[in-house]
Amino acid sequence: MSQKQEEENPAEETGEEKQDTQEKEGMLPERAEEAKLKAKYPSLGQKPGGSDFLMKRLQKGQKYFDSGDYNMAKAKMKNKQLPSAGPDKNLVTGDHIPTPQDLPQRKSSLVTSKLAG
Amino acid sequence: MNKIQSHSRGEYNVYSTFQSHEPEFDYLKSLEIEEKINKIRWLPQKNAAQFLLSTNDKTIKLWKISERDKRPEGYNLKEEDGRYRDPTTVTTLRVPVFRPMDLMVEASPRRIFANAHTYHINSISINSDYETYLSADDLRINLWHLEITDRSFNIVDIKPANMEELTEVITAAEFHPNSCNTFVYSSSKGTIRLCDMRASALCDRHSKLFEEPEDPSNRSFFSEIISSISDVKFSHSGRYMMTRDYLSVKIWDLNMENRPVETYQVHEYLRSKLCSLYENDCIFDKFECCWNGSDSVVMTGSYNNFFRMFDRNTKRDITLEASRENNKPRTVLKPRKVCASGKRKKDEISVDSLDFNKKILHTAWHPKENIIAVATTNNLYIFQDKVN
Repeated sequence: MSQKQEEENPAEETGEEKQDTQEKEGMLPERAEEAKLKAKYPSLGQKPGGSDFLMKRLQKGQKYFDSGDYNMAKAKMKNKQLPSAGPDKNLVTGDHIPTPQDLPQRKSSLVTSKLAG
Repeated sequence: MNKIQSHSRGEYNVYSTFQSHEPEFDYLKSLEIEEKINKIRWLPQKNAAQFLLSTNDKTIKLWKISERDKRPEGYNLKEEDGRYRDPTTVTTLRVPVFRPMDLMVEASPRRIFANAHTYHINSISINSDYETYLSADDLRINLWHLEITDRSFNIVDIKPANMEELTEVITAAEFHPNSCNTFVYSSSKGTIRLCDMRASALCDRHSKLFEEPEDPSNRSFFSEIISSISDVKFSHSGRYMMTRDYLSVKIWDLNMENRPVETYQVHEYLRSKLCSLYENDCIFDKFECCWNGSDSVVMTGSYNNFFRMFDRNTKRDITLEASRENNKPRTVLKPRKVCASGKRKKDEISVDSLDFNKKILHTAWHPKENIIAVATTNNLYIFQDKVN
């Protein structure tokens, strides 16, 4: 038993209750939204159900880390030694890696941009 | 249905808090595994202790939660603080007795079920045999015995030989409440498959496939995304199951596969906002749903800290809000209404002023009483029927 709310679109048919007409009116906002999205991101051509989309979904939330760098950074923190590169902000690659305490909050959805083609 | 906040006997307090999972690193794949809990399921109570299963992306744990409200006092060989007495100073014997103490709730891990899932676990479900349970990730479902942690059986595997051919993933799974051989799993394409474990060891061929036909001319870019089922729940009776997709709740009769018997619109006004909901990722939010004890009312969450209830018998529905600002304890919750567009009446909220960061993804209904638990981002609300 369907309980659709009335769509506030300029209705060509007033008060008509035919199922397919109701669905067409219900579809107008969705198609309009699709057009909006495609206008903003023209490269978004492929079907969202395609394997690229699902592959990103399977990989959501994966944050890569290098265990070697991680352990070296842990050791450095233990010794309280700073890198000898000087007081500049440009840390040597390998010092700037995540530790469990640093891990940021993450969104529960796809991390990689699904808007990029 | 009228609800008031806070139980008539007093407010609810935290019973127990414990850390279930820790963050881990998968060194082999150079990946980080979050400690975030995805699902919790209670086991049926068999003795004084409570047991629950909790799972993160990769590991399921069985926790025992027990109460201690007595402690033994009057040992012969130990002082009250635990230090051992010099045995030569003991001149009399006494019988230690239990004396009441402040309630202490202890949680201890009893089993750890690890290393069985390549992909992220989205569901756990305890079987009605009270001996086994299933765990489901994006592509596979495993069957476990609650006592055995080093083995599990794979009962569903939808991973294609070539990952390029991947078209759908498993989104939720649940055992039937009465038939211990039956379970269902839902997919990202809006289908539900019912499987019978007696048919074969690997239940890749479903016994039933529940799918609502779609008019292909109505298809849009968003169709598949919003049809993805975020939750599936059997009714207590076992006759029906409920699914939640992005915009609606559907009730299915297990005897009828070609369409749901009831459909309830949760927030149809969002259909004209799908573009921005896709951009801010809200379109991927996974809402849960639940039945009341008698299966006459179903409930699910929405945005702006709203939650919705649908009475299957009267066909009436209501929108309520879980927020501190708008509801003092013991007041009757006022129904809310969202104005889709056009002229907004007094007390209505327009779609554009909804806060999409305030989402109610988890709700639960007491199995016997009219008491519900509603989780907002940072708070837990417990509501109950007005007590006359």
